[in-house]
Formats: sequence, structure tokens, C-alpha cells
Amino acid sequence: MHSFGYRANALLTFALTILALICAMASFSDNLNSPSPSAHVQVLNINWFQKSSQGNDEVSLTLNVSANLQSLFTWNTKQVFVFLAAEYETPINSLNQVSLWDGIIPAKEYAQFGIHTTNKYHFDDQASLSSRNAGSNLRGREYNLTLHWHVMPKTGKMFADKLVMSGFRFPEEYR
Amino acid sequence: MDWQGQKLAEQWLQILLLAFAAAAFATGYALGSFETMVLTYVSGVIITTLITVPNWPFFNRRPLKWLDPIEAEKHPKPQQIAANRTKNLSVVEVALDFAF
Repeated sequence: MHSFGYRANALLTFALTILALICAMASFSDNLNSPSPSAHVQVLNINWFQKSSQGNDEVSLTLNVSANLQSLFTWNTKQVFVFLAAEYETPINSLNQVSLWDGIIPAKEYAQFGIHTTNKYHFDDQASLSSRNAGSNLRGREYNLTLHWHVMPKTGKMFADKLVMSGFRFPEEYR
Repeated sequence: MDWQGQKLAEQWLQILLLAFAAAAFATGYALGSFETMVLTYVSGVIITTLITVPNWPFFNRRPLKWLDPIEAEKHPKPQQIAANRTKNLSVVEVALDFAF
């Protein structure tokens, strides 16, 4: 501590150590928040449901997604990434997951929303080479629409969770 | 900065930074604003820098007092100087001999 440089160095290192400590405390404080998000999804229309040129089942949906994710936001939340996935089980794979819509919520004000949309990404049952009937699993298939989210903090640990909405079923025939 | 001043500066540095960090976390958490926490802490670090890093007069109140160099003054070393002088003289004599 005898010279200007030594004092400046001691101050800088100690200040940054404490900064890391208070950031860790901020991250830890996220655990005190117990969120209660809600979501509701309606399939308003099946626009078309057919075999694509590759032979995979392909479907276009019109969806109404409404959710209230405001309780996910804390003082340490930067943004929330949210996506809606269709999930279904086939004889080969216990979980098939197709992302239909996603979005980034930049602030708490935008965390309550209702969106009327067709699926943003192609929804087709991707064929795997190991089975003959893979790729045509969707007729009469029961599926879940699951809202997943990733809470991105300003510092520290990222949280992920989901809400499963079950009881959807594809029609028996192409249309 | 004297010894006591260095000790004082280090103590102030640690106390001030910890106090500002506690205050920053408390206000940030209370207001629900991460930005407030960071800004409070950064201003605290700047204030602490201004107090503890420059060599202020109040860090120099107890300067070190060294003993006066009495002993060295009592015992100078004249012998060596005398020897040098005789040596120099003989060199001059040799030079003169060559000249004539």
C-alpha cells in the first residue's frame, strides 16, 4: 500500500471480487421467486394436412396462444425465450418434438400476450431411415402442445420450465 | 504515505467497499432494479478511489524519524584521500621527467 499503483491495484481487485459476490447473490435471489405462469392454446383450424413430396406427413395449423408469464420476471431477468412445441409419441420414438412458434419477451410488460398465428415453422413428421412407416405417423395421432420457456438472467443461472397442454388429436384422414 | 497512513488507507478501502456493496444490493433488491445496484456500487467504488488512492495529507501525519547520521560524521576516512594524493603526485613527477 506504499505507492499509488499498489493502492489502485488493491482497490480494483477487491472491488471486482465484491462485484462478483453481489452478482452471485443476485442470481441466488432468483430462487426466492416462485412463479405461477399460465398459458392457453387453441387450435382454431387445420389449414391443410397432407403427405409432402418427400412422403412425410405435413400439417398447417392456425393457433391462438395466450399466456401470462409476468411472474417469471425478477429484478435479475434479462429476457425470456418462449417456444410452443407439438409433442407426440410414435412406435419408434417416445418423444417427437416440433417447434411451431417462438418468441423473445424482452420485458415484463410484454409477458402477457395473446397471439393468433399459423405455425411459424414447418410441421412435418420427419422420416427416420430405420423404419418404413416413419414419416406418416400423424393420422389420428394424439399430441400435446407444450409451452417451453428459458428465463435468461442478467447474471447467473438460467432457468427453464414448461407447461403441457394435452388432449389434441389429428384427424384420421388427410384434408 | 507513512506506515500508519498505509494501514489506515487499507482499512478504509475494505470498509468503504463492503459498505457500498451492501447498500447497493439492498437498494437494488428493494427497488427491483439491477441497474440501480450496479450504478450505486460503481459510484461507491469511485468515491472509495478518491478517498484511499491519492496520497492525502492525513495519511502522512506520523512520518518516520530516522536517527541523525552522527556516527559517520565523527569518523571520516582521511587516510584514503591522503594516499591518493601522493600517488597522483608521483604520476606528475614521472610525467615531468619524460618532458625534460
